[in-house]
Amino acid sequence: MLRYSLKRLMSLILSLAVASLVIFLVIEVAPGDPASFMLGINAQPDTVAALRTELGLDVPKTQRYLTWVSNMLNGDFGTSYTYRTSVATMIADRMWVSLPLALYALVLSTLIAFPAGIYAAARRGKAGDMAVMGATQLGVAVPNFWFAMMMVLVFAINLRWFSAGGFVGWDKGLWAGLHSLTLPAISLALPQAAILARVMRSSLLDILGEDFMRTARAKGLSRRQALWRHGVRNAMIPVLTIIGLQFSFLLAGSIIIEQVFYLPGLGRLVFQAISSRDLIVVESVVMLLVFAVIVVNFIVDLTYAAVDPRLRSRT
Amino acid sequence: MNLLTITDLNLSIHKSDILRDVSLTVGQGEIVAVTGESGSGKSMTALAVMQLLPDLSTSSGSIQLDGTELTAVSEADMCALRGSAVGMVFQEPMTALNPVKTIGDQVAETILIHKAMPPARAKERAREVLERVGLSADKFPLSRFPHELSGGQRQRVVIAMAIALRPKLLIADEPTTALDVTTQAQILDLLKGLVKEENMGLLMITHDLAVVSDMADRIVVMRRGEIVETGATKHLLAHMQHPYTKMLFAASGHLVNLPTPPEPTPLLKVQNAVRDYQLPRTSLFAKPGHYRAVNDVSFTLHRGERLGLVGESGCGKSTLTRAILGLEPLQGGQIHLDGAPVFSGHSPNLDVRRKMQVVFQDPFGSFNPRHRVDRLITEPFFLLDTPPKGIARKDAIAQALTAVGLHPDDAYKYIHEFSGGQRQRIAIARALIIRPELILFDEAVSALDVSVRAQILDLLAELCTAYDLTYLFISHDLSVVRTVTDRVMVMQAGEIVEQGVTESVFTNPQHPYTKSLIAAAPRLPDLTPTSKEPVQ
Repeated sequence: MLRYSLKRLMSLILSLAVASLVIFLVIEVAPGDPASFMLGINAQPDTVAALRTELGLDVPKTQRYLTWVSNMLNGDFGTSYTYRTSVATMIADRMWVSLPLALYALVLSTLIAFPAGIYAAARRGKAGDMAVMGATQLGVAVPNFWFAMMMVLVFAINLRWFSAGGFVGWDKGLWAGLHSLTLPAISLALPQAAILARVMRSSLLDILGEDFMRTARAKGLSRRQALWRHGVRNAMIPVLTIIGLQFSFLLAGSIIIEQVFYLPGLGRLVFQAISSRDLIVVESVVMLLVFAVIVVNFIVDLTYAAVDPRLRSRT
Repeated sequence: MNLLTITDLNLSIHKSDILRDVSLTVGQGEIVAVTGESGSGKSMTALAVMQLLPDLSTSSGSIQLDGTELTAVSEADMCALRGSAVGMVFQEPMTALNPVKTIGDQVAETILIHKAMPPARAKERAREVLERVGLSADKFPLSRFPHELSGGQRQRVVIAMAIALRPKLLIADEPTTALDVTTQAQILDLLKGLVKEENMGLLMITHDLAVVSDMADRIVVMRRGEIVETGATKHLLAHMQHPYTKMLFAASGHLVNLPTPPEPTPLLKVQNAVRDYQLPRTSLFAKPGHYRAVNDVSFTLHRGERLGLVGESGCGKSTLTRAILGLEPLQGGQIHLDGAPVFSGHSPNLDVRRKMQVVFQDPFGSFNPRHRVDRLITEPFFLLDTPPKGIARKDAIAQALTAVGLHPDDAYKYIHEFSGGQRQRIAIARALIIRPELILFDEAVSALDVSVRAQILDLLAELCTAYDLTYLFISHDLSVVRTVTDRVMVMQAGEIVEQGVTESVFTNPQHPYTKSLIAAAPRLPDLTPTSKEPVQ
């Protein structure tokens, strides 16, 4: 297990190095140089020159890459061109909204999807299965912003249980923070839960057809005992894969939901940075997201091994 | 009193009848073997006793286990009986165990689910029973996972789970069909020993008549859901009445007459062939290790000769086959067909490849279900520079299908319309259609029922006469190899340990491995009156 983890860790570091190089090069090979790109075509030559010096574009590429990487390692992501503030602080502020939101949504979607998927698989072909499958079909088909709008209508405007948007901040307490993230988290979670429940169901159905499930029944386990003791854990691998992918998506892909609920999250930051051609912010956020995806994959790999002993011994 | 009494059991699934009026008994300490071909209902009989029948099945009749009417007990009560009063062992040990739980947990689960012992004692009992099935504590601690064990060892674990609570009845459904002969012999011995020691009843389901004759006290022969004959083994073997029983035994020991091979002129030459597989790196910077699947193999196959290749799973038979077909490169040595190398550069040598065809084991998996038979069997035409078109193509198809005993009109059907035996005929037609110089039969009759197998073997013998076939017949089934080959090679751990004229290798094996293989293979009892052909 330790050996497996170390190997995964090695590959994590390697992936990060490659990713940083790719991001750096993509921005390098973009037509023109970053400075003139950021300032647009009508910029004065001396403004461009000034920005070039500010961005450090006058030093050789290799050196610039190394400085960029080492600065990032020290937590220095540079200064935003449009906002004139430290990118690290900007990202950190946004992360305090996006990360909890993503986790919240993920927990909700898992809490909905697992019971639904297991229930449907256990009652394959019966009314309960049909109902769950119908609901997930709807969940996959309906876009999350529609859920968001409906929920604002019902819970914020009619029932007044939640506010329609905005984020109160964590300094008001954990409960207040979570409360203001609840509607966005549910809107994000519903479509994800629908997908996850379907994956859980089909994966479990595959497992239920396996020989060892019959062996379990022959030992005297009831259908339900066999399902829980031998089925669920074996069905986890595809489910974990999807959870990993969903988390990466939730972290930055929630831009529409952030817009609907007026949340200061990462998605909106990237969107604003792209529209104002703030390459420094874009570059940093992209790097951060890549980092998050790779770390999530690393965690998923470790949980794979925790679930399936065959992966532990395969070096 | 009998331990298990099945009376007039009828079973239907989706309105099709699976079992009709099945009645049989198993006594304490008795081994009853239910035999028959696929679709005879033998496995369903076993599952009916366990009350683990597929959904949507309806049954009538009575199944009494030690005085309890199993068809009347509730599902909850049945759960209490399964594993404690009756244990079951299945066919496929590779998939019968949960891959994510240790063998100790899985054996102990049988005990814990019935709350028969406290957890600590259950662990001890698990250890004890694993010991009993031959998995010693030092080599096989309870913390082992199934993937760390071989097929035979896994089957021992499955048996341990089934007998952990000393059930009165053990049901074994084809327990050794997926195992090699030497492993099979050990597992059969183990089962026999258990029956004797624990005074269990054993209901054994198997299609292998040699195993049946060797193991059973009584035999039950089934066909299409009905029992056609039953009796004490010795008596039944000596006085079998039903024509189906006679046919089964005759087909199991079926012998064919091959035409005499022509004067030896070399066709396929394998010289010092070596095939290494790269193992995964143990660490990022270490050199990857190698696994030598085929080690310094040399042999010559002459034109018109029928050569056998036998060995147990993992011995390198299939790797050698792939190398001969030019599907994989060699790491040493050469393979020439008719003087030309089978593998050139990075791909099979097409000039040579069109002279070879192969017939695989699985008659169900080796055809594309979306193509019609005419397209399936003309696939080898892609190897030709000028494949026949129009009438010539039609003629070739008709000829190939007729040669294998099918009708030319079968060309327009899809593969699902054919039975396993017919599919194997189509596979042979596919191999024959470009008139190859050499055909490789890779376990080509292993998946077939005995009666169908006998027909396919007859077909091979006919084709040998009609087409002067040269073939390499790869199989783990010694009795089949014995009858359809002139010469045989025995392979062990990547090496050919013995080769020679088939009959003399079988009657007078030299290498200890060959001797152990032949000794382990279960033999049909000598039934002189039923043998159609005189022994060669």
